[in-house]
Amino acid sequence: MLALVLAHLLVAAALPALARHRSRAAFLVAAVPPAAALGWALVEAPAVIAGQRPAEALAWAPVLGLELSLRLDPLALLMILLVAGIGVLVLVYSRSYFEPGDSAGKRCSPLLLAFAGSMLGLVLADDLITLYVFWELTTVCSFLLVGQAGVSRESRRSALQALMITAFGGLAMLLGFVLLGSAAGTYRISELLAHPPSGPLVTAAAALVLVGALTKSAQIPFHNWLPAAMVAPTPVSAYLHAASMVKAGVFLVARAAPVFHELAAWWVPAVVLGLATMVVAGWRALHEVDLKKLLAYGTLSQLGFAFLLAGAGTGEAALAEAAVLLGHGLFKAPLFLVVGAIDHQVGTRDLRELSGLWRRMPVLAATAAVAAASMAGVPPLLGYLGKEAAFSAFAHNPPVEAGVVLGSVFTTAYSARVLWGAFATKPGLAATRAPAPDWWLVGPAALAALASVVLGAGYPLVDALAGSHADSLGGTSAHLALWHGPLPAGLSLTALVGGLALHFGREPASALRARVPNPLPAQRGYERIMAGLERTAVGVTGRLQAGSLPTYVAIILITVLAVPGSALLTGTSPPQHLPLHGNPLQVPLALLVAVAAVAVPIARRRLTAVLMVGAAGYGVGGLFIVDGAPDLGLAQFLVETLTLVAFVFVLRRLPVHFSAHGEAQRALRAPKAVVACLTGSLIAFAGVVVSAARTTPSPVSQEYIARAESGAGASNVVNAIIVDFRAFDTVGEISVLAVAATGVASLILRSRYERRRRMSRTRKGRRP
Amino acid sequence: MTDPWTRWDAPTQRWLLTGFSRDPRERSVLLELTARIAFPTLVVLSLYLLFAGHDRAGGGFSGGLVAGQAFLLRYLAGGRMDDSATLSMRPPVLIGLGMTTAVLTAFVPLLFGGQVLESSVHELHLGPLGALKVTTSLLLDLGVYVLIIGVVLDLLRTLGSGIEDDVAAAARGEW
Repeated sequence: MLALVLAHLLVAAALPALARHRSRAAFLVAAVPPAAALGWALVEAPAVIAGQRPAEALAWAPVLGLELSLRLDPLALLMILLVAGIGVLVLVYSRSYFEPGDSAGKRCSPLLLAFAGSMLGLVLADDLITLYVFWELTTVCSFLLVGQAGVSRESRRSALQALMITAFGGLAMLLGFVLLGSAAGTYRISELLAHPPSGPLVTAAAALVLVGALTKSAQIPFHNWLPAAMVAPTPVSAYLHAASMVKAGVFLVARAAPVFHELAAWWVPAVVLGLATMVVAGWRALHEVDLKKLLAYGTLSQLGFAFLLAGAGTGEAALAEAAVLLGHGLFKAPLFLVVGAIDHQVGTRDLRELSGLWRRMPVLAATAAVAAASMAGVPPLLGYLGKEAAFSAFAHNPPVEAGVVLGSVFTTAYSARVLWGAFATKPGLAATRAPAPDWWLVGPAALAALASVVLGAGYPLVDALAGSHADSLGGTSAHLALWHGPLPAGLSLTALVGGLALHFGREPASALRARVPNPLPAQRGYERIMAGLERTAVGVTGRLQAGSLPTYVAIILITVLAVPGSALLTGTSPPQHLPLHGNPLQVPLALLVAVAAVAVPIARRRLTAVLMVGAAGYGVGGLFIVDGAPDLGLAQFLVETLTLVAFVFVLRRLPVHFSAHGEAQRALRAPKAVVACLTGSLIAFAGVVVSAARTTPSPVSQEYIARAESGAGASNVVNAIIVDFRAFDTVGEISVLAVAATGVASLILRSRYERRRRMSRTRKGRRP
Repeated sequence: MTDPWTRWDAPTQRWLLTGFSRDPRERSVLLELTARIAFPTLVVLSLYLLFAGHDRAGGGFSGGLVAGQAFLLRYLAGGRMDDSATLSMRPPVLIGLGMTTAVLTAFVPLLFGGQVLESSVHELHLGPLGALKVTTSLLLDLGVYVLIIGVVLDLLRTLGSGIEDDVAAAARGEW
């Protein structure tokens, strides 16, 4: 398993080299790893359905208890069939969709493959952190695939919106995972499923994980990123935003349902929002004229349906959810591919401009007809199986059942609208002229549509898989079948007839929609939140980064006074016995330092002030020597010299005198003096208190002295500490120095580069 | 040129290592002479401090500062330090080299089954010269030494010649 995921990612990493010259061949190479994954899943399928759970784990940070663990169970198997199967089809289709040499084509093949690998890891993950890592990898791939080259403003905005919303949900989910993991004491999903934890923390975790699932599957109120993401090339939309990535949210709900399904904080929002998305998005789809947008709203609606089923948390609903997940992938992907083929051949996907295409592209039309029929729930297709199972799962719950029926009516109506919009001959519109698409474009879509038929008619296959998935929720006596009894069949018929009626009455329906105000302006809400964030960021930065050095220094000093200062004053007492000096030489040196310190603020010339600072520093170095610390004294003298020279260098660019004019400056003198005096006194007091804290060397110091010769081979204990005992600190400090030097260099040399640039520009400007 | 009889006492080195001297109004021959004489001595002193640090006052930090200040003196005497004229290595390279040395020193013990930054002491017998004690932590000190020289040279490049450039440009009216 691990090898398969790695193979995806490694091939994806190597693929750009091939894609640069042979972008079409790159797509076919990219289809190999998903095909291998599909084959592997099919080989493993009988054993998994029989109850085996192959697992692998790789500890990648054992100290932190982090491991990469994968496990194949029926849900994962179902998702792999979807992810790998549709991945192969989409990659093969992309070969002809992208023109050779198209920059988008060069970019898409590695990214699509990387996405397929991430998705494979995501569905196989048996560890919450592993799941999160792959989850965010899919988000990143989606961002790159939607954004493409970032040339158009729309693609940038859509990519960012998708990233913001799904990453927000991802972070909420991570928080939920951490709560869940710490409540249960394990991050292993299989252990969590076996022994579900409980408690208030788990309830909070459920709500947070649900936010992640809602954003990823674009459920209300986070739904708006998905229609916006339709700016991506159609194969990307077909794969990420219809068949696989957006299903990750549903997958997560299905994965976590055995742990959470009894919590109201989990199933109530999941069911309510899923149902609302199913109905509202279905209604919206009826009014779109862009075929791709229409399908996007249809995807939202179907995802809402699956979300509702996964959130319900019963075995029967899980059975239906498995059929809906598989069915949706197998009808939505071909529909997207068909729309992409039309767009590729005709150059438009606006249904007001397309007419009579069924004559020109009969195979494409037949494919679309099968897929749309599956979407509408026509027996015996795969879509029908799921819908039927859902109707019987909610038979005891009339409000939800009514909602599902309404949603299904809309589903039938927009399925009809897709077919009619893409292929029908429309009165008053000349027949569209376009060459028929080649087999690379038609084949994958037709294959997926064919799978809908085969798996629908061969329903025992799907039932075996869905049934073993339903076992995770206590199992169910129900089975996927073509006949579930009179009620589901009647409701299916109602949905089909009602939907067709709605399609034929589309003009009154559109008129109705125009009168109903949009109840959920989610796009405007998102924009307002983002604008608010930006305003807040600007405001906070503007306040905190005032750009005034004295203000920064004052803030730092006042913090020192307030926090450690108050602790020092309340928690310690000065020593009783204070000798005047330990060595008579200390007296003149201390006087020198004191005089120099007083002279600094009095000085009017900058140079004088700098020299006085230097004098104080040398005085302190002298005190070190007198106290018997030659190492400290040496370093102090050297640093002081260097500081002095650096100051003098800078002074060349500054006025000779300190500026003392201006009301504001004079008014600030007193507060500055107060802060400075208080801080100085505090530091002096701290020095006295700290130096009196120990009368004998601490155990640490004694150890250092005792071990310098034997442990570090050094008779200079200071050096032994620097390069051996606390060498890690030294490495840290020199990296700080390196960063500081680089920062100073960048700041100062910037002016030089700017000047050079300006010079070269004026020179160029002068040239005739 | 190649005539050994007439050229034997011709100067083979530049007067100042920077290759060119300050504007005559800013020149101080005394300072130039001091720089010329003191520079090699200071570098040797800095190396002494680096090696002696383990047993006496000194160490990579002090040694690096002394070497850096030797370059400082040369800059003060010779003026504008063109990046290429004095030292063929640019300051950021030196900083990176020092950092790399230090970090590699930290990780090398892992190869021998030790801990990060672990050090060991070795005795080298040099025959008639006696025994030499070598500690591997000297390499970390060497990294510090090189990095500090790089930092000081960077300071010279930015605050020294960088500001001098700015002043000159302002005088030419380019600013």
